Amino acid sequence: MAYHSEPERDGGNEGGLAALIYDPKARGLLFQTILLLAVIGFFAWILDNTVSNLAAQNKKSGFGFLEESSGFQILTTLGTYLIESRPGVATYFDIFWIGVVNTLAVSIVGIIFATILGFAIGIFRLSSNIILRGFATVYVELLRNIPLLLQILFFYIVVLRILPGKRDEGFTLLNGAFGLNIEGLFAPYPAVREGAGTVLLAFLGACVLVWIIGWLAKKRQEATGKQFPTFWVGLALIIGIPLAVFYAVGEPINLEYPRFINPGDELPNGRTASKLQSGYDIEQGGLVVVPEFLALLLALSLYTASFIAEIVRAGILAVAGGQTEASKALGMSNGQNLRLVVIPQALRVIIPPLTSQYLNLTKNSSLAVAIAYPDIVSVFAGTALNQVGQEIEMIFMMMMVYLVISLVTSAFMNWFNDRMRLVER
Amino acid sequence: MKLRSAMGALTALGMVMTSSAFADGHGDGTLGSVMKNGSVQCGVSQGLPGFSNKDDAGNWTGIDVDFCRGVAAAVFGDSNAVKFTPLSAKERFTALSSGEVDILSRNTTWTMTRDTQLGLNFAGVNYYDGQGMMVPSSLGVTAATELDGASICTNTGTTTELNITDFFRSNNMSFELVAFEKADEVVAAYDSGRCDVYTTDKSGIAAQRLKLADPAAHTILPETISKEPLGPVVRQGDDQWFNIVRWTLNCMINAEEMGVDSNNVSGMMSSDNPGIKRLLGTEGTFGENLGISNGWCANIIEQVGNYGQTYEANVGASTPLKLARDGSVNALWTSGGLMYAPPIR
Repeated sequence: MAYHSEPERDGGNEGGLAALIYDPKARGLLFQTILLLAVIGFFAWILDNTVSNLAAQNKKSGFGFLEESSGFQILTTLGTYLIESRPGVATYFDIFWIGVVNTLAVSIVGIIFATILGFAIGIFRLSSNIILRGFATVYVELLRNIPLLLQILFFYIVVLRILPGKRDEGFTLLNGAFGLNIEGLFAPYPAVREGAGTVLLAFLGACVLVWIIGWLAKKRQEATGKQFPTFWVGLALIIGIPLAVFYAVGEPINLEYPRFINPGDELPNGRTASKLQSGYDIEQGGLVVVPEFLALLLALSLYTASFIAEIVRAGILAVAGGQTEASKALGMSNGQNLRLVVIPQALRVIIPPLTSQYLNLTKNSSLAVAIAYPDIVSVFAGTALNQVGQEIEMIFMMMMVYLVISLVTSAFMNWFNDRMRLVER
Repeated sequence: MKLRSAMGALTALGMVMTSSAFADGHGDGTLGSVMKNGSVQCGVSQGLPGFSNKDDAGNWTGIDVDFCRGVAAAVFGDSNAVKFTPLSAKERFTALSSGEVDILSRNTTWTMTRDTQLGLNFAGVNYYDGQGMMVPSSLGVTAATELDGASICTNTGTTTELNITDFFRSNNMSFELVAFEKADEVVAAYDSGRCDVYTTDKSGIAAQRLKLADPAAHTILPETISKEPLGPVVRQGDDQWFNIVRWTLNCMINAEEMGVDSNNVSGMMSSDNPGIKRLLGTEGTFGENLGISNGWCANIIEQVGNYGQTYEANVGASTPLKLARDGSVNALWTSGGLMYAPPIR
């Protein structure tokens, strides 16, 4: 009623209201307030529903479960080397961290491998050698067009089928220091004694020293034009100083070699090994990289490398041909041209899409669940979730892990990209 | 695989977050929504011969499948009014509590944690199982206590992971556990020699063994290292639906005990035995008290059979699983087993 009578009111009031409606600033403010209230209302509704539904399902909630101890064993991986994993002792929070470490391990190593391989294949695709170019083309077209999950399963089955059985010493290297059979890759374990910290300190000190030398050499080159072999000197220092300290403090790091047990050998507990107990025994020294990790790493690196190769090819092609001609005219060799002229400019084009590939690789590592590699999805959002049953908290934690890893990767790559941008003088 | 389970978990998240509170959303509880849908949503395994598995013609078969058909027969009088959703061990509880399925009939072990912390209720036991181990015969192992240092393949998200860990810890033996998401990959990994031991429920071993390249070259160890009472599960908080599911099982066991089966049920309808009359609904209003028709149990027996019939047809001595029932814990209590149902009266 009151609404209908409104237009009949005196002009001044109507003009004020109309002015408010036609004022873009006031109108904008109104709609933004409505939108904000709607968004807040939506989330409040979701939260309320979640809480009441959980109560209706008689489910526990909260993060108290992280303190409880878990009752299951986890496959030997980097996470179980670094974090308490004994069943009954390890808490669900430990399980969470084991998953995080394993996800990070396969992602970081995968990124390194994929980058090296991707750069090589990308450069091969532009090679004048027809065999190299053909190989690179086939590689890219084959691997990037097959779903990753299939590749992971394929490599896992292939790895398992090719490798010799666990009662077999398998492929060995350096007189048994390394061994490879179906149980994984066995390698020496660096057992750390007192004094190992000094070696680490020496290594860090050497890195700082090399950085200072590089900085000084650059200044001198800018001032006088004289060059200094920073790379070789740096390499010598980074290897030499920790090595000297290592011997000076009495070899604090011991390499424990993997031991292969034959049936009938004596075990530490005095019994003789049965047929089942024969094989590499990591409790007697050495470490193992399980085939699940190897297969996942192989699949992730090869798959992502095919994308990186295309990014690298695009980056190099984006550098105008005149640049190469100009560097040739200045008398630079092919290598110098690539290293000093083409790659620095290509990197500007390469880095942003490369970041996406790194993020993809990290997220794709969650496919580990298919082949029993205990990453965070498999072990925390899988086994642990099934024992605890608190989906919301646990999936939330898992999403946060991927978010944090991705944001850190992005931040680092943005910083790197910033350093690589064209400096105009 | 990964995608499936992630989707399952996310669906659950989504449903928990957005659907209105369960009590409101389903009107007359689970029975109401089942009636509205016209079918029972039944969660089963992704393929475990004898329990829930697709046959060559694409039809679901198995003792767990028959149980769901029994519930459908009780509710609708039509054992085909049921839809099966294959679920991995990991995603099964989420699927049940989110409302994706109405019953979980998926060789699920009844444990206290599951009963008290996950918001679930176990309606009974339709198969008494226990965890066992299988090893290649060539290893020469004859007892589980000789397994020190073994590597073991199993499924994630099951009690088997916990049981095997307990068993090795209590016997002071070391081991390596390789846990896969899907049963098929466990079998493939074991078959390729990745592990010395394959462990799961004994009925499961008998079933999966059939998938090995050379089933005869593997030995099932005599030890049973755990109690695994397998049974149908429903959501907590809906007593009517819980009762329907529980009494479907009791009906099948009671029918066997009284000698009523799918072949003689029509003749039994005119029986004078008061117990059989109550069972078949010719006397009393037991079905109405459950909120369904009085002929509920007669429908189950007629269309699905009694417990003994479903056992023999799916896992019994004449099936590839060859799990003999006589003298086992799954025999009727009258023959020395554990199958015992409260009376219908």
